[in-house]
Amino acid sequence: MASLPEDNVDMHAARRASDHESFLVHRRMRWARIAGALCLAAFLGYFLIDQQPRPGGGSWYGYTLGTIGLGLIVWLSLLGVRKRNMSEGRWSLKAWTSAHVYLGLSLIVIATLHTGFQLGWNVHTLAWGLMMLVIVSGLYGVMVYVILPSQMSANRKETTRAQMIEALAAIDRQLKQAAQPLGREQSDLVIAALEQDVFGGGAWARLTGHYPRCATRRALDGLPDDFTTMADNTGPEERVRVLLRRRDAQLGQIRRHLRLKALLEVWLFVHIPATIALLAALIAHVTSVFYYW
Amino acid sequence: MPQAFQVAIIGSGPAGLSAAARAAALGMSHVLIEKADHLSDTIFKYQKGKHVMATPSNLVLRSDFAFDAGKREAVLGMWDRQLAEQKINALLNTEVTAIEGEAGNFTIGLKDGGTIAAKAVVLAIGTQGNPNRLRIPGADLPHIQYQLDDPGEYFDEHITVIGSGDAGIENALGLAADEAQRNVVTILNRSADFARAKGANVKLLEEAEREGRLIVRRETGPAEVRPGELVLDTRDGQETIRCDRIIARTGSQPPRDFIEAIGIEVTSAERSAFPRLTPSFETTRKGIHVIGALAGYPLIKHCMNQGYDVIEFLGGNRDLKPADEPILAEKFARLPGNRSVDDWLAIFGRNILILQDISPLQLRELMLDSKVHAYAPGELIFARNDTGSSMFAIAQGSVTVEVNPDDSSITVPIGEGSIFGEVGLISGRRRGATIRAAEPVVAVELSRTAALRLLATSPGANRAVTRISIERQLLQMFGSGLTAQDVAALVESAEVKTVRAGEVVIAEGAEDTDVYIVRRGSMIVEKQIGGRAVFLSYLPAGSYFGEMSVIDDVPRSASVKAAIKSEVIRLPGDGFMALLKSNPKLRERALSDMASRRAINAFVESRKGSFGGAVDMYSETAQFLVDNGIGEATDVLLIDEKLCVGCDNCEKACADSHDGLSRLDREAGRTYAHLHVPTSCRHCEHPHCMADCPPDAIRRGPDGEVFIDETCIGCGNCQRNCPYGVIRMDAKPPPKPSLIQWLLFGRGPGPGEAPYAWRKHAAEAEGAERPKVAIKCDMCTGIEGGPACVRACPTGAAIRVAPEKFLSVARLEGAD
Repeated sequence: MASLPEDNVDMHAARRASDHESFLVHRRMRWARIAGALCLAAFLGYFLIDQQPRPGGGSWYGYTLGTIGLGLIVWLSLLGVRKRNMSEGRWSLKAWTSAHVYLGLSLIVIATLHTGFQLGWNVHTLAWGLMMLVIVSGLYGVMVYVILPSQMSANRKETTRAQMIEALAAIDRQLKQAAQPLGREQSDLVIAALEQDVFGGGAWARLTGHYPRCATRRALDGLPDDFTTMADNTGPEERVRVLLRRRDAQLGQIRRHLRLKALLEVWLFVHIPATIALLAALIAHVTSVFYYW
Repeated sequence: MPQAFQVAIIGSGPAGLSAAARAAALGMSHVLIEKADHLSDTIFKYQKGKHVMATPSNLVLRSDFAFDAGKREAVLGMWDRQLAEQKINALLNTEVTAIEGEAGNFTIGLKDGGTIAAKAVVLAIGTQGNPNRLRIPGADLPHIQYQLDDPGEYFDEHITVIGSGDAGIENALGLAADEAQRNVVTILNRSADFARAKGANVKLLEEAEREGRLIVRRETGPAEVRPGELVLDTRDGQETIRCDRIIARTGSQPPRDFIEAIGIEVTSAERSAFPRLTPSFETTRKGIHVIGALAGYPLIKHCMNQGYDVIEFLGGNRDLKPADEPILAEKFARLPGNRSVDDWLAIFGRNILILQDISPLQLRELMLDSKVHAYAPGELIFARNDTGSSMFAIAQGSVTVEVNPDDSSITVPIGEGSIFGEVGLISGRRRGATIRAAEPVVAVELSRTAALRLLATSPGANRAVTRISIERQLLQMFGSGLTAQDVAALVESAEVKTVRAGEVVIAEGAEDTDVYIVRRGSMIVEKQIGGRAVFLSYLPAGSYFGEMSVIDDVPRSASVKAAIKSEVIRLPGDGFMALLKSNPKLRERALSDMASRRAINAFVESRKGSFGGAVDMYSETAQFLVDNGIGEATDVLLIDEKLCVGCDNCEKACADSHDGLSRLDREAGRTYAHLHVPTSCRHCEHPHCMADCPPDAIRRGPDGEVFIDETCIGCGNCQRNCPYGVIRMDAKPPPKPSLIQWLLFGRGPGPGEAPYAWRKHAAEAEGAERPKVAIKCDMCTGIEGGPACVRACPTGAAIRVAPEKFLSVARLEGAD
C-alpha cells in the first residue's frame, strides 16, 4: 500500500489541541490527582498538627483550611463567568470543568476538616450545609452528564429540534384534512388532540415523561382498531388512526428529548441558587467570625 | 431594407448598457437588443431590495452610465432614467436566434422572423441562458410561460407545471400554497421519482399531494397543447386534461451553445470555458465581440468598463489603455528597473514558459489576479509547511529548493522561466519545501483562481505544469539522492488518470503491477476479511501505493479506491522497478515503507479474531466519515455525542468570537455510532465554494483555513456550491452590550447569537443598512488559543481533527 507524504508533521496540531477525551479524564485526570493530593495533605495536617485549643476554624490550621476553602469556592463559582466570556487565550472550558469537578469534590474534605466537626444550628453550619447541597447537586450533574448524552443522541436520530416540531406540524396538517369525513364524536377527539398544548403538564410531566392527559392517546383509544371490518382498512378512520399513531410516536420523541434536556439541566436550578446562597452565607460567616474575634 | 446599424449590441446588462451609451455618446448608429421586457434581466431577477455591491473598489468606473452600490431598485431605476436621457435606441422583447453574414454586413435573425442589419456585433448576453422551450404541437400557444414571477396573481385556473426540478416543484407549491386562490395545480414528471430535486422540496411536494393541495402525475409527459386543454402521454396511453395555463420549467440552454452555434471558438472543451478573444474583445469570428460575464468578467464594474472600451475600439481608438492600467501600474511599481506596464507584460510573456502562448488581453487579466514580487538573494519566498495554493513563475533570476527538512544546505535549483509551488495548487496541501531566491528574482505569483483559469485556457501551459509536477512529485516522494535525469524515463511513461469517487484503482487479488501516486483528492485502502471490507487506511494527496505487488511480485493484497473525485499518476511497474534497481537507497526506503504497511495488515488480521466487532465498528465509522466529506477535508469539527450535553456553548462561542453570528449548526448533520458531523466547514482541499466567487473573496489562510474576506459581494454562489451547506448569508449585526452589563443589569440578548428580532431591531436603531454577506468558519484565524467551538466545550465532546490522523488504525488499539 502506501506511504504518507513525508512532510506530514502537523505543526499546527497544537492549535487544534483537542484530544478526544472527556472532561472527567482530561490530561490523564490531572485535576483528580491534584485534588486528591490536596485532600491527603489536609488529612495529614489535621492529624499531625496539634491544634490548640481544639481542632476547628479557630486554630491557625483551621484558618488555613478556611482560607483555601473560601478561595476555592469563589474560584469555582467563576466557572459561570468563564463559560460565557469568549475571550482569547489558551484556555479550554473542558480543563476548567475538569478542575471544577475535582476541586469541588475536594471541598468535602477541606471544609469539613475546617469545621473540626463542630456542627450546630448557626450561620457557620448553614454555610457548610449549603456547600454540601451544592456539591451533591453537582455530583448529580456529573452523573447525568455521563449517562444521558448517548441516550439523547440515540433519541434524536439525526433530527434537530426544529425538524421535530416541523414534522409534528406536518402530521397535524394531514390529520386535519383526513379527519373531515369522520363522525361528530370521533372528530371531536381529533380536534381535542390538535388543540391541546402537547407540552403542557408542568415540570413533573417534563421530568418524568408522563403525560396522563394526552389527548392524542385518548383519540387513539377512542378510535380502536375494528377487527370485524378488516376488509375496509383504507377508509378515513384507518387513515386517521395511522396519522394519530404517527403523531403519538412523534410526540414521544419530542417528549423524550425534552425530558432528557430537563434532566440534564434541572440540577442547575439547585446548584446555582444554592451557590449564590452559599456565597451570602460565607460573607455572614466570615464577617461574624472577625466581628466576634 | 433599412440602413445597417454600425453596431448591434445584444443583451442589456451592465456591459450592453454601457456599450450602447458609449455608442450614443459617439454618435454611432446603434441598436440595443434585449429579449426581456425590461433592462438587465439578471439584476432584475435579484430578490426585492437586494443590496448590489460595487467591487473591486480600486477599479475606476469608465462608462457613460453611472453605477454605485445600492439597492437593486435604485440601480435599475437609475439605468432606466439614463437610457431615456441618453437617447439610446433599445429594442425590448426581442430575442436573437441567429447571426449571419460577415464583418461589415451582419444579418441578425430575430425570433419573430424579422432581421436587423449591422456592421459589427457586440454580444453581452451574460451567462444566465435561455429557458428550454417545449417542443410539442401547440408549443407556440400564448398560455405557455417559462417563468413565474408572482404565484399570487392567478385565480380559479387549472395550471399545469412541466418539469420535475426544483424550479418546477417550487412553482407548483407556490401556486397551490393559498387555497383561497382556488387553483387546480398539476405537476408532470416523466419518471417515477423526483431525482433531480432537493430532498426537502420533494418532501414538501409529497406532503402537498397527500393533503390534496395539488396533483402529481408521475411517468407522464406533455404530448400536445390545445387552447384550454393539455394532452398527456401517460403509462396507460393518452389522456386529456383541462389546462388554462402551462408553466414549463425544463432547464435552460447555456449561452455557450449559442456562441458555438454562430461559429465562435472557445478556449477549451470544459463547460465553463470562455470564448477566445483578442485584446479588443473580438472573437474568432471577425466583427463579433464578446464582453461581460460571458467573456469571463462577472463583476458589474468590469462589465461596464468593457462596454465602454469595446465601442471605443470599434470607433477606431486604438490607443485606449484598459481601465485596469493604473492597478497594474501600482502592482508593478514595486519591481526594480522603473519599467512601464507594457514592458513588464512583454517580459513576462517572453520569459515565462507557461505564459508564452496566451494573448495580451489574457495576460493582463491574469496579472490583475496575481501578485508580482522582487526578492533579494537568500530571501525566503515560502517555507515548508506553509499553506498556500498559489503558483509562482520566475520572470527573472533563479531560486533554490531546500529539499531536506533536516539539512538546509541540500538544495536543488529552479531556473528562469520555470515555475514552483504547483504542488500546493494541485493537491491543496501545505508547501512541501522551503524556497529561497538564489539571485535577484522577479517572480509572478498566480492566485489559485488565476492559475486554474490559465491551465484551463492554455493547453501548452497545462502540459508543462503537468510534466513538471509529476517530476517534482517523484523527486520529493523518494527523497534526496535522485536527480531529474534519474526519473526522466518514468516521467515520460507516467499518465494522469481521473478517478470518480468510489472508483476502484487497485482491486484486491488482481495481478497488475502499476504503481500510483495520489495527485489530488484522497484514497481509502480496504481489505476483505471474513467476507467484509475492513478499512485499513486513508491516503491523502502525495501518498503512493501499489509498490508491494511490484517488489514482491504477488497479487494485490488490498483494494484501493477513491474517497472523492481524485487524480492519480500511474507509473508502469517495470519502470518503477528499473528505478529501484539503479538506486539502492530508494529501494531501502520503499522496503521500510512496506514494512510499516505489513505491520498494519498483520495487526488488523490478528485483531479480527479477538474483537471482530471493534474492527467492524472502526471500518463502518471510517466509511461514514468518508461519506460525509472527510475525504476532502483538511480540518473538521466532530462532536462525540456520548459526551455532548446539548448546551450549544460551541455555537454561542462561535457567535461571540465572530461578529455575533454562529458559523456552525451543532444539531444538524449526520451521526453514526454517536459520532456526529455538525454543519460546519471542513476546509476542503479543493474548496467547492471557491469555484465561482466573482470578487475572488474566498481564500486559504496561513493555518489552512478557507475564509471569506471583506470583498464579498453577497451573491450567494458559494452558498449554493457548498455540498455541505455550511455557508450562510446574513447581515452582521451591531455589537451587543457587554457580558458584565448583561450579567448585572440584563442588558442585551446575552451570550451567543442574538435572536433575529433583536438583530433587526438593533440594526434599525443604528440606521445604516448592512448588506447580507456570506459567512463561514475561518477556524478562528487570528484568535489566540484556536477554534472557539472546541475551547468552549465544557465536556470535551467537540474536537477538531485532520482526516489522516483520525482515520488511522491506531484508533483500533484503544477500541476494545
